[in-house]
Amino acid sequence: MKFFQSIGAKTLAKLSTAGRAALMLFGALVAVPKFKNVSLTIRQVYVVGVQSLLIIIVSGLFIGMVMALQGYTILVDYGAEGSLGPMVALSLLRELGPVVTALLFAGRAGSALTAEIGLMKATEQLSSMEMMAVDPLRRVVAPRFWAGMISMPMLALIFSAVGILGGHMVGVDWLGVDAGSYWSIMQSTVEWDKDVLNGVIKSLVFALVVTWIAIFKGYDSIPTSEGISKATTETVVFSSLAVLGLDFVLTALMFGIE
Amino acid sequence: MNKYKTELMVGVFVVLTIGAILLLALKVANQTMATEGDTYTLYAKFDNIGGLKERSAVKVGGVTVGRVTSISLDKEDYTPVVELSIYQQYADFPETSSVSILTSGLLGEQYVGFQPGFSFDGVANLEDGDYLQDTKSALVLEDLIGQFLFNRGSDE
Repeated sequence: MKFFQSIGAKTLAKLSTAGRAALMLFGALVAVPKFKNVSLTIRQVYVVGVQSLLIIIVSGLFIGMVMALQGYTILVDYGAEGSLGPMVALSLLRELGPVVTALLFAGRAGSALTAEIGLMKATEQLSSMEMMAVDPLRRVVAPRFWAGMISMPMLALIFSAVGILGGHMVGVDWLGVDAGSYWSIMQSTVEWDKDVLNGVIKSLVFALVVTWIAIFKGYDSIPTSEGISKATTETVVFSSLAVLGLDFVLTALMFGIE
Repeated sequence: MNKYKTELMVGVFVVLTIGAILLLALKVANQTMATEGDTYTLYAKFDNIGGLKERSAVKVGGVTVGRVTSISLDKEDYTPVVELSIYQQYADFPETSSVSILTSGLLGEQYVGFQPGFSFDGVANLEDGDYLQDTKSALVLEDLIGQFLFNRGSDE
């Protein structure tokens, strides 16, 4: 009896968490048309996007460089080092760009969002907003959500572009792959709508998942110092797992079956 | 001042993104504009298309003049029919032109090699929807090896 009751209680708790998350997202999404929120959103794009720019550019550069280095050592055995360009470009645009950006974003911006909103809740800023008839969903949650949705695809595009340039630096300038074949074979292999746009769609999905989890974990956290630290950890763990799992599903849908 | 700085940095962020998009669009991805131009359609029947795929290139002397748009099987004689979209700027190929399925490099991808024929009086140009008569099938490596072994066997 006790066993079934505990299963039931856990299921109900999970369902009500999912329901609260959906309600919060709905409340935040309804708040789009408010014009005065635009400046709040720009402020959040600065916090979430611009401040993540450095880590994104540096990791993009190094990932592109290391891929060129690894790819070259294998491809040169087959005399196919001309294919280094498409290899670097395709793996960045299709996979590494969106995924690594989402993981870095979850660590850099997602955890900060959770901690910020959780602390707002703990210091009762959210309830005092409600007392002043200001909807915290509109004032706090919506700008952060939209900032995440805007920033992530932009960051992923910058990541891929910087990575391709990093691959060029190592492949062409250092290892001596012909610059013409690096770009031209890349150009004839990469397709704008299939590769680049699918990467952007991927990073939009990841942006939705990561910012949603981050904001909800903060909004739903237990308002104690322990609760906030737990919520922050859960944000990073859950959104990283969700990104990696969803990436497989999206890849299977986009590139799996021709 | 603080708001100004925020907006400035967001502006820089946006410009960087646009730069990334431009790099990806102009240097990394192939321009879809070129493929979306005006095309006309030719058909060719092959005995065997090997590894030819949709979107494979159609080349004249190495220059891409069009793409394979669809591959289907003729219902009556069960031979593959390849639909080629040739860019309108490369119109006026004579009717005596021939197509063959070639491979770029030893292990590269397959493409359609288009050999323009001679044009003299009485030979019309290819029009939209025409069938190319002179086609050469893909070289299938297994068939070649089989033939080679067969010849070796009959010599001895």
